[in-house]
Amino acid sequence: MKWFNKKNIKMIILVLGTYAISEILIKANIIDSYIEMNLVIIGINIILAVSLNLITGFTGQFSLGHAGFMAIGAYVSAIATAKLGLPFIAAILLAAVSAAFVGLLIGIPTLRLKGDYLAIATLGFSEIIRNILLNIEYVGGASGFNDIPQYTTWTWIYFMVVITVTVIKNFVNSYAGRACIAIREDEIAAEAMGVNTTLYKVLSFIIGAFFAGIAGALYANYFYFIKPDAFGFMKSIDILVIVVFGGMGSIKGSIVGAFLLSLISLLLQSVPEIRMILYSLILFTIMVYRPQGILGDYESSVKLFKRGGKLNVGNQNK
Amino acid sequence: MSAIKINKLTKTFGGITAISNIDMDIDRGTIAGLIGPNGAGKTTLFNLLTGMYTPSSGDISYKDKNIKKLKPYKITDYGISRTFQNIRLFKNMTVLDNVSLAFNHNIDCNIFSAIFRLPSYYKEEERIHDSSLKLLEIFNLEDKKDELAKNLPYGEQRRLEIARALAADPDLLLLDEPAAGMNPNETKELTELIKWIRDKFKLTIILIEHDMSLVMGICDKIYVLDYGTLIAEGTPDEVQNNERVIEAYLGRKVSC
Repeated sequence: MKWFNKKNIKMIILVLGTYAISEILIKANIIDSYIEMNLVIIGINIILAVSLNLITGFTGQFSLGHAGFMAIGAYVSAIATAKLGLPFIAAILLAAVSAAFVGLLIGIPTLRLKGDYLAIATLGFSEIIRNILLNIEYVGGASGFNDIPQYTTWTWIYFMVVITVTVIKNFVNSYAGRACIAIREDEIAAEAMGVNTTLYKVLSFIIGAFFAGIAGALYANYFYFIKPDAFGFMKSIDILVIVVFGGMGSIKGSIVGAFLLSLISLLLQSVPEIRMILYSLILFTIMVYRPQGILGDYESSVKLFKRGGKLNVGNQNK
Repeated sequence: MSAIKINKLTKTFGGITAISNIDMDIDRGTIAGLIGPNGAGKTTLFNLLTGMYTPSSGDISYKDKNIKKLKPYKITDYGISRTFQNIRLFKNMTVLDNVSLAFNHNIDCNIFSAIFRLPSYYKEEERIHDSSLKLLEIFNLEDKKDELAKNLPYGEQRRLEIARALAADPDLLLLDEPAAGMNPNETKELTELIKWIRDKFKLTIILIEHDMSLVMGICDKIYVLDYGTLIAEGTPDEVQNNERVIEAYLGRKVSC
């Protein structure tokens, strides 16, 4: 039992302690339903951002289709709970597995593409998902899916976030994670060193899709109403913004990013007229002065957008 | 006993024939040199041997298996490993991780044991960590193990690349210009190192090199390529006195 060391025990105590405090605060009504709703959104965003970070930040595959996986999770869970009457845990698992399966189907043909091409292909995929959902009467079509039982509670969100972060952290900090990062750094060299690049790319895609499916299930069963438009192109961009803002290739960064961005848009609600302008300005400033994101490492974030040639030279001697 | 056998190997890119009808038979335990003017097809040959390119025709047999249609990672698995002409390290990974990565292909636990941190995972990681450190010690890099690979000086990056290639546990090692950019002193050290690792790891080595002092000093056999064809092969002495080789490097005497 080597994982049973001091650091992990401290972590477990911290996780359970935070949960206990949050429960007490909710029970004592210090956290009211409005704050709780925002915490739930933050939690869902953390799951989405961390899982996208595995694909984009660690493995270096620029995916713009994350909302598509979320949509699959949301609709599968909605059908399972509202139409089939399955228990929530089964619905979540079903949602996650279906999203992962679609991830596999999409991943095998598209992951031979690189950079911008992959981004366009994944973007197309998520639009296809959205359009299919728009045209299926069984799930409500364009008018949306109503009356989904509200099973998602703060407890579900909290522990799903913990599970997501733990699994992805363990994955990244293992030989498999090393392979993924090596693919990001130099795909040809990775393959020459015996890394089955296709396998690891598809694997990171599947794991990412799996957790996006969970996020979708939690989302559907919290807001009891979903419609295809909620999972459009802009949602994928929102998730990507969190990842880049927090730092590519940093799990902590994605968590902090999800928190800060939700907090910023929450605080800006008092000035609705210029809210989006200020929000964009904040993002702009962060990207100019800290292109690696809040907690990210510099090179990988620059490499993705292929623009920091000049900056790189100056950075080498530091 | 031959380590690798190449039979009528040809590679064309569109209308250009980069490698045409090459036959080679390299004995186990030799250090073979591959020389020739720029653009002769030396690196293309390496890319064919490691599966980066698929041959247009011909066969490559290694350990009695035809490997010409295998993917690069499979070929590494069979025991052929290489370095690159323009260093291709994983720049943002630590020196230790660069070497550890190459152990990946013969890892003895699955992805679930990594995610759920089962005992088999810890056992494997420990084995990889220890073997990686041992390799770094051989190459005098152990005190830089936590440094990012991009921060190493040039000579050490070259050494790290060889260490990484050795970590993949090869029987046949392909070195693409290992001495490029090194000063005479470093080249001399490298020469000794290559000889030493050949004996220590019981390797067959093929190397591409323009530094003739290195090539003539350590190679048992030399192959000379020019315009994609093999124009000479033999011991260093034989090759040095071969007319076609002199012609390829210096040009033909003008007659009349």
